[in-house]
Amino acid sequence: MEFEPVIAFETHVELKTKTKLFCGCAVSFDAPPNTHICPVCTGQPGALPVLNKKAVQYTVRAGLALNCTINRKSRFARKNYFYPDLPKGYQISQYELPFCQDGYLEITTPDGSPYAVGIKRIHLEEDAGKLVHSSSSFESSEYSLVDFNRACVPLLEIVTDHERNPLRSPVEARAYLEKLIQVLRYLDISECAIEKGQFRCDVNVSVRPRGSKAFGNRAEIKNMASFKAIMDALGYEIERQSESLRSGREIPQETRLFDEAKRITVPMRSKEDAPDYRYFPDPDLVDVELDLEFIERIKKTMPELPDQEAKRLTEEYGIPRSEVLILTRDKHVSNYFASCASQTRDRKKLSRWIIKELFKLLNASGIPIEKCPITPKNFSRLINLLSEGEVTDTMGRSILEEMFSEKVDPQSVVAQRGLKPIQSAKVLEDLVDQVVKNNPDAVSKIRAGETKPINFLVGRVMQKTQGRADPKVVRDMIAKKFPSRQKSGKK
Amino acid sequence: MDLCDKSAFELAAMLRRREITSVELTQSVLSRIEQKEPIINAFITVTEETALKQAEAADRRFRSGKKVPSLNGIPIAIKDILCTKGITTTCGSAILQNYVPPYNATVVRKVLRSGAVIIGKTNMDEFAMGSSNENSAFGPARNPVNPQYVAGGSSGGSAAAVAAGEAVLALGSDTGGSIRLPSAFCGITGIKPTYGRVSRYGLVSYASSLDQVGVLGRSSKDCAMLLNVICGHDRMDSTSADAKKPDFLRSLDRGIEGIRVGLPREYFVEGIDSRVKETILAAVNLLAENGAHVIDISLPHTRYAVSAYYLVATAEASSNLARYDGVKYGLRTKTDFADSGQMYEKTRREGFGKEVKRRIMLGTFVLSAGYYEAYYKKAQQARTLVREDFEKAFESVDCMIAPVSPCLPFKLGEKISDPLQMYLVDIYTVSLNLAGLPGMSINCGWADGLPVGMQIIGKPFDEQTVLRVGHAYEMMAGKK
Repeated sequence: MEFEPVIAFETHVELKTKTKLFCGCAVSFDAPPNTHICPVCTGQPGALPVLNKKAVQYTVRAGLALNCTINRKSRFARKNYFYPDLPKGYQISQYELPFCQDGYLEITTPDGSPYAVGIKRIHLEEDAGKLVHSSSSFESSEYSLVDFNRACVPLLEIVTDHERNPLRSPVEARAYLEKLIQVLRYLDISECAIEKGQFRCDVNVSVRPRGSKAFGNRAEIKNMASFKAIMDALGYEIERQSESLRSGREIPQETRLFDEAKRITVPMRSKEDAPDYRYFPDPDLVDVELDLEFIERIKKTMPELPDQEAKRLTEEYGIPRSEVLILTRDKHVSNYFASCASQTRDRKKLSRWIIKELFKLLNASGIPIEKCPITPKNFSRLINLLSEGEVTDTMGRSILEEMFSEKVDPQSVVAQRGLKPIQSAKVLEDLVDQVVKNNPDAVSKIRAGETKPINFLVGRVMQKTQGRADPKVVRDMIAKKFPSRQKSGKK
Repeated sequence: MDLCDKSAFELAAMLRRREITSVELTQSVLSRIEQKEPIINAFITVTEETALKQAEAADRRFRSGKKVPSLNGIPIAIKDILCTKGITTTCGSAILQNYVPPYNATVVRKVLRSGAVIIGKTNMDEFAMGSSNENSAFGPARNPVNPQYVAGGSSGGSAAAVAAGEAVLALGSDTGGSIRLPSAFCGITGIKPTYGRVSRYGLVSYASSLDQVGVLGRSSKDCAMLLNVICGHDRMDSTSADAKKPDFLRSLDRGIEGIRVGLPREYFVEGIDSRVKETILAAVNLLAENGAHVIDISLPHTRYAVSAYYLVATAEASSNLARYDGVKYGLRTKTDFADSGQMYEKTRREGFGKEVKRRIMLGTFVLSAGYYEAYYKKAQQARTLVREDFEKAFESVDCMIAPVSPCLPFKLGEKISDPLQMYLVDIYTVSLNLAGLPGMSINCGWADGLPVGMQIIGKPFDEQTVLRVGHAYEMMAGKK
């Protein structure tokens, strides 16, 4: 029998508000321990939470981008449990009346068709602190220390639907997570840096015979610290459950942990041991009533989403779709492109040069584009020089390298190196003649019908001019010397 | 009469006229404390040194000739449930016996800004859970009227301090009657304002949706003075109301001619001590003789109030008290523990008293899966009914008068072994917390040598009428 998985994610995304969800402490990821704390976020007796409005705006922004219904009335609830990193003995979260519900996120499936992944709800909650263990694990540690810098940082919990348009394969799961990160970064509400814990996932998996309407018992998997871990855990779990069903074993509903070292999932607790969180409305906070005006204002100031941008770049600038997908995959790339696009006219060239040339330099040096040493202004200047024929592509590449390593503007490189392109046809003619004369082998091959040696001759001329000649012009000149081969020479 | 026995209003005038100094007054209070504390036990902490420093500073402000704030130089006691920066705040519990808050409660900040002298932190039932002050980890506060009797709870220390001259004014908190009941038992005046009128920031939570900070004093006027200082909207408390802030002293003398006073019939039936009932009815008659219209009204859902109260209060308490886990502050068990779970268990077992444990367990049960709907949700529905009763009744009256307690003050140990009987002491006070209404207890006479308290209940945010009726009664009864 063939089995199909049903996958649902609970994703926690740390919002990049300046201050925490319920107090005025700064949100900071690398500050020394317990330097951004106050009576509220350390759960001092008598301290009370006050909601951060910005976090609500961000939540609504996410809800709109994920096509959710925005609830006009929302409510915070307490989730009660004991853990040393939880200062109040409860987490302020949401239960009934989350901010957003019943949405979808469109992904592209492997066959290229779109699929709207069901989003069940999006709610806002506070993060807990961080435990630093004296040994490798909590259990084996003699003591643990608590850092409350992260306590009370706003977290968005985004839950996908397991009934309405669920994720049906690891490939879709991956596409969903990638799209979610892309959208959240476009919304400018989270960095989604997995390694910094800003994007954390729990995943619910069940399998059922392909075509079946009923759901199998699900396992919730926790403790996946990377994209790879999520995919490995999913793959393992689907296989494990399918194997169980094949051999007639029951699958218990349970919570499992991903074992980072063994790359497998192991049981953590059964359904019977699931904690009773005793949710109830937090009496320290009042219901949040969102008026239509508030929601409309957020709608009006929504940043452009990746799909919208991709459409615009294709339609307005005529940039090929393959390039558009690359430009819009990462908000930082798109930002860089947008900064340059406002200062250049040839956007096609701009796109090509970012993807072909700039990426090469960035990749080689391991620098992310948001830290690119070439400012968009200088990069645009170079593109303009190229499109105005002031420099050739070859020169351009060399100028770009220098701009990258020396952080200089293109004009000064041109001026310093005397890299004005050779415009004079007479000078080029002379050079071409010289090269033709000095390479009789190539010449005879061309006469015999080969085309490759033409490239060779163009290369010689470019070398002599240190790239200051336009290779197209040179090629034409050489081709003219061999009239019978003109056609193939132009190919 | 010593300085420490005079009213805050009178003392403020004497200080202003420079007839006395704040240091003299503070010393008078401190010497009374020294004399009475061995019996009364109204304080958990007396801040003698800082009090004298604050008194000196207050006197300097008087001498400077500049305008001084309203309570400049007046000694105030603060219930040990309000956070005081640098001063131990125990909540009457062993689990917080060494807890020194890093911040001031909003009301403490306001009291300090008003120039008042903080004399110390008063005794209370642990985490405000109790009606007799017998649940304090620091021993019970005793009733200054007769030390064999309880002071009432939970703000027993604050009430006893004011009654004994160990403070001129006091701050308390009221979740189900915790200001009104000890005020009645000790024969003083105490008001619980409307929920949201006074900031809860820095008030250690017992039941967040019911807790309210209030004041205790020797008269309605004294209470009005202190209420003027502490009320008002606070950004730090999401449940604090952005309501207009009147001058409570100004409206005090308007009299009660034509005022409509409701007598809720459910508050005068079975279970009430006839001596209490008669004393209150005599006071009501006096009001009627002086121009008040007394109207019979009904609050039909009163019988659900105590049950609803104990479900909501314990549910919230079970969550509010989860933070006392031995991790961050307060007590941590000195015995060995194998893991954090055991640390929690031992710490909480050693740190909490019997009544607190009882309420945490009750509240945990109430919120549990499968019981939430039957208890917590139901209680909230009952709460709505109780509130609607008041809304409806207030359509035809301006205020209501009721007993504070069905019984006279009782002796120490008399009810402590029977929690249910103790809970019933709150029968006339909890409804106001459920409905968020203001209520004041003033003394309306004595029976068998024990004070009887009368409760004046107001519309939401209408403390003015409550204080005005109280003041008028005090005047006509020749009390002040």
